[in-house]
Amino acid sequence: MSYITLTNNNFQEHAQQAGTPLIVEFWAPWCGYCRRLGPVIDQLEEELQGTIKIGKINLDDEPELAERFEVDTIPSLLMFKDGHHGELLVNPGSKAEIQKWMQEV
Amino acid sequence: MKQKEYDVVIVGGGPGGYTAALYAARSGFSVLVLEKLSPGGQMATTGQIDNYPGFEEGVDGFELAAKMKKGADRFGVETAFAQVEEMELTSTPKKLATSEGVVLGRTVILAMGASPRELDVPGEREMRGHGIAYCAACDGMMYKNKTVVIAGGGNSAAADALLLSKICKEVHLVHRRNELRASRIYMEPLKNSNVIFHWNTRVTGILHEKRVIGAKLEDVATKEISYLPCDGIFVAIGRVPDTAILKEQVTLDSHGYIQADETTRTNIPGVFAVGDIRSKPLRQIITAASDGAVASKYAEEFLNGM
Repeated sequence: MSYITLTNNNFQEHAQQAGTPLIVEFWAPWCGYCRRLGPVIDQLEEELQGTIKIGKINLDDEPELAERFEVDTIPSLLMFKDGHHGELLVNPGSKAEIQKWMQEV
Repeated sequence: MKQKEYDVVIVGGGPGGYTAALYAARSGFSVLVLEKLSPGGQMATTGQIDNYPGFEEGVDGFELAAKMKKGADRFGVETAFAQVEEMELTSTPKKLATSEGVVLGRTVILAMGASPRELDVPGEREMRGHGIAYCAACDGMMYKNKTVVIAGGGNSAAADALLLSKICKEVHLVHRRNELRASRIYMEPLKNSNVIFHWNTRVTGILHEKRVIGAKLEDVATKEISYLPCDGIFVAIGRVPDTAILKEQVTLDSHGYIQADETTRTNIPGVFAVGDIRSKPLRQIITAASDGAVASKYAEEFLNGM
């Protein structure tokens, strides 16, 4: 599946963009729970084709972004719409939980 | 998802669920697995599995889960990432309301597994993910060079203590008894580790600001209270079966596990229980897989008699 690798350099550009909402996943290569989100995120992207973008932030590479959004547990999801973000979703337990959270953002 | 009737609907995509799926599909039945997040269940969060035969170097739990799913897919098993919200298990066919629509099954195999048991102390829920953790293998790296407390005294607590002792600055193990109830494989390395033991003590509260800053401890005998400053608390006091959704329909034992004997049959005809959710003496990947194979046999028997 296609997702944007977000860094301190390109983050602003993608998050501030109006129009298509951006879901950001904070993850790290050593994080077992992060891998478990993979299949569901892929499926959501497929189901919502073109109406959302997915970005990933590697916590090890981008500690400043993690600190800025007070992420101290991964996986965590943050959704940006027109430059604003909603509540942080920490370690969701199901696809249904992610869908519900997306509606509330 | 369209409302469709399957011969076998399996709730939960761990090793028990996917083994049942594989066996049932190979017997020619239509099979749907309902999994809320990703295949593997608890197994998928285990980095290294050394006690499932056939892997001389051990195997990563997430990969083993993916292999089990693919093996079942090959015989036509369908998977939906769906959360089951309600079950009607006594009707014909059995009816399951899920986050992705209604599913009908001529038989249902319950394979929802278990989740970590909570301490049930003030501050625990609020600080979950902010210093309270339930999986050292998953979250241990977050506490690199920090001070952590582990609550518990069984195999999980012992394994967590060993793992964290390699990552953290200081590791405290708090246990309400005066000795561990862990397997011998952990004992010797633990004795030689830098883990600090607090015997006859339990965690009775979580001290926190925006994050955990310490544990409130109580001496079990004297009731004396003390405070232990720390950055994180790992809770490893066992597991609880995910049977809440079953309500009164299926008979449970006094610990909340489903009562089903070695045939995996529950009190409801056509409903089976496999893996960690079933009342059994040993909860392992291989015993879950074994249950799955057995459940398929009895589901087949039930379907043929319908």
